[in-house]
Amino acid sequence: MDEEDIVTKYILEVKDLTKEFPGVIALDNVSLHVKLGEIHAVIGENGAGKSTLMKILSGVYPYGTYKGRVIIDGSERHFRNVRESEEAGVAIIYQELALANNLSIAENIYLGTSKGSKYGIINWDQKNHEASEWIRYVGLEEQPSTIVMDLGVGKQQLVEIAKALSKKAKILILDEPTAALTENEVEHLANILRDLKKKGITSIFISHKIQEVLKISDTVTVIRDGKTINTLSNYELNEKGIISMMVGRDFSHRFPERKYQKTDQLIMEVKNWKLAKPKSLDKYVFKDINFKLYRGEILGITGLMGAGRTELVNSLFGVYGGETSGEIYVCGQKVMIKTPEDAIRRGIGLLTEDRKRFGLNLSGSIRSNISLASIAKFSKYGYINENKEIRECEKYVDSLKIKMTSLDNLITKLSGGNQQKVILARWLMVNPTILLVDEPTRGIDVGAKYEIYILMDALLKNGIGIVMVTSELPEALSMSDRVLIMREGRLVKEFDNNNLTEEIIMKYATGSD
Amino acid sequence: MQLGVIKIENDKKFQIKELILKKNVKKESRSSILSLRKINWRPYAMVIALAVIAIFFQINTNGIFLRARNFSILMRQMSIIGIITLGMALLIISGNFDLAAGSTVALAGGVAAVMQVWYGWNTLSSVLIGVLVGGLLGTWQGFWVAYRKIPSFIVTLGGLTMFRGIYLVITKGITITPLTKSFTFFAQGFVPKNLGMALAIFSCLVYTVLVIQGTASKKNYGIKPDSVIIMICKIVLVSGIIILTVIMMNYYLGIPIPVIIMLVIALLLNFISIKTVFGRNLYAIGGNIEAARFSGINIKKTIMIMFVIMGALCALSGILLTGRLDGATASAGTMFELDAIAACVIGGTSLKGGKGSISMAIIGALVMASLDNGMSLMNISSYAQYIIKGLVLILAVWFDVAAGQKNE
Repeated sequence: MDEEDIVTKYILEVKDLTKEFPGVIALDNVSLHVKLGEIHAVIGENGAGKSTLMKILSGVYPYGTYKGRVIIDGSERHFRNVRESEEAGVAIIYQELALANNLSIAENIYLGTSKGSKYGIINWDQKNHEASEWIRYVGLEEQPSTIVMDLGVGKQQLVEIAKALSKKAKILILDEPTAALTENEVEHLANILRDLKKKGITSIFISHKIQEVLKISDTVTVIRDGKTINTLSNYELNEKGIISMMVGRDFSHRFPERKYQKTDQLIMEVKNWKLAKPKSLDKYVFKDINFKLYRGEILGITGLMGAGRTELVNSLFGVYGGETSGEIYVCGQKVMIKTPEDAIRRGIGLLTEDRKRFGLNLSGSIRSNISLASIAKFSKYGYINENKEIRECEKYVDSLKIKMTSLDNLITKLSGGNQQKVILARWLMVNPTILLVDEPTRGIDVGAKYEIYILMDALLKNGIGIVMVTSELPEALSMSDRVLIMREGRLVKEFDNNNLTEEIIMKYATGSD
Repeated sequence: MQLGVIKIENDKKFQIKELILKKNVKKESRSSILSLRKINWRPYAMVIALAVIAIFFQINTNGIFLRARNFSILMRQMSIIGIITLGMALLIISGNFDLAAGSTVALAGGVAAVMQVWYGWNTLSSVLIGVLVGGLLGTWQGFWVAYRKIPSFIVTLGGLTMFRGIYLVITKGITITPLTKSFTFFAQGFVPKNLGMALAIFSCLVYTVLVIQGTASKKNYGIKPDSVIIMICKIVLVSGIIILTVIMMNYYLGIPIPVIIMLVIALLLNFISIKTVFGRNLYAIGGNIEAARFSGINIKKTIMIMFVIMGALCALSGILLTGRLDGATASAGTMFELDAIAACVIGGTSLKGGKGSISMAIIGALVMASLDNGMSLMNISSYAQYIIKGLVLILAVWFDVAAGQKNE
């Protein structure tokens, strides 16, 4: 295919797409033009309408529930369901992968198709053979019979891509594909997408991570408040420009300046802290952990995935499988923390990494989610004074600027950033001295991130010390007073945050020091 | 920490925040219009369904269905399974089941009967020992579920056969009868008509006081209370239902005692589920057990207590059943757990946990009892009744699922 063709031919066109939900306009005359064989990023804040757009393209919202036109390969399509969009060559790979974990790669690839079977009986040799071609196509070296559960997230994603390609997908839509990937995996994914591009497969990928978008994509469409703001091609792309389009205003810093500084008052000390794996005491999840936390500081803990950071903060909060040893001192006093109850009593709060799994009660109201950890505060003899509870919740809603209409609405009605603030409110309500935060801004948009940073800074003024686990190096660098680097269950380096760079951190985190 | 201090500092350099706020104001005005349209339809749908069922039977039984006598019988039939349904609703909300409910009914009711008939215990002691046995059986199940992490499905499936087995070993399968008058009175007696009416009026007064007090308390905390009109509507509606029900009951013999017992338990459990820490924890655990754990909720203790309550409620139901039959029989309480679960589900309790309510569960129980009663009046064979009840269960859930999808 020559250059001329690629420039002029649109494989996918979306024209004047409008989708309304009762009372809310999710998409407002959105247009999108994707050229054949390009890597096209759709970027926007949470709630901007990206997912709605993708759901229309994939037939989840059937034709008739929206206004506007979807044109694929020059002809207008009216998808009534997911199957029809798949037949037209559109494949979506969701952030939460839709693989059957306990089945093999080959089984997953052919899940839902009757290919390779005769009278309902499966010819496994043939299937495995075909699957192995697709597996190699996406750069995997695994056997088709490998169980998906045994693969890392990055490889699982490639299996999803292989599965999509096996269904003759021409347009791959990836929803936040890099959210759970390490940098190496992101790089690998980018290479695969570029490879696919050469083979004429178009990729659309949705993201908030601007730097990755810049690195990977040829074209970027920015969506805000359900409207297409702009489509930029390669040479026009720069980070600031995109951010300002996403939030509608130019802001030169993604991080606020820290206002409150660390004091010399020690509030927590961890000595020789170790977590042994259950049933094998000589193997450890982490060991020889020693650190101090001072009032008014943010202590960043960073490192690669699997370095043991989440396990460390969870163990300090009384959640662990296995056997701990070592000592924890809170405000000079040696403490035993066996359960979250103990931790909360000692003034420790934990904002968990996985909001949906460990944080939110998705069938509960905003109110019950905020007051979850401190309900005893509003109760006498087990009877809840609801009015007091509501008052107190309202205070936090105001001070954290949680956007909502009623405390009694379901938590699921809030955006990711606001849900995160709800959990933050939950922990502020217990009056912690020490706040452990694990990836506090994962999966929330730029604006909400900024607000979370300001909040964290404001908390320091009240004499809290924050331990912040983060994989985002700019976050660690911009927000912490000191940075600890973990690698393979050990603290390998502690830095005062002066003249520290991402390169230095990566060197220690990867062990290439 | 002082709350006021967590003010977000206004930083002139970064005006992004204001922008977000402005955007927010827009969103909010939009969704407040929206909230009017998004009324929780479920309670209304349930009441309408109940009315449709009542009218259907009223027509097809030549007006017998809603007659005072039948109404009284219906309510009494309902009360025995209703008590289990109430406990089951809370248990399901916490993310658990009790498949052994029917067997607990048999064993606890049976022990009470054995004590009285074989050993000549008085009624009070027999009833107390029965409730104690129920509590112990609940403790047994709670221990395995909460402290040994065995899924409640398995533990209570085990209980289902074990408890009935124990009962049969004790009684060798013979019917334990006769009981004393005082024992059967609990299940068969009626509240004197005057007393019933006095109770009704008293309840209306208490309700009125509570509504007014609630409003005052809200004002105290600076929360906007319901408008006066809504308050009056609430009071008139609730009082009307109470008085009318009692008048209807008094047309026959008065309020059946088991019905009073069920209502008291319903009020108590409703209070517990909404207004207490324990109740809140049940919802939190059923909604997301991990989030509950990370929030410092004592999951083991909460689940344990819930099973003990469930056991005691089953025992109470068993005692009423024994009293009504004037004896303990080998098949007493069979399939009660399934009827109770069905009633909960029809009342909108989510089997995944975290969702549901006592008030809706009791309406669910009323639907099931009405079907039983109405179909019997229509002389539909009990075999066919099984088929219809099964279908109703499936249709009710399908209705829920379909409506849920539409809402999305």
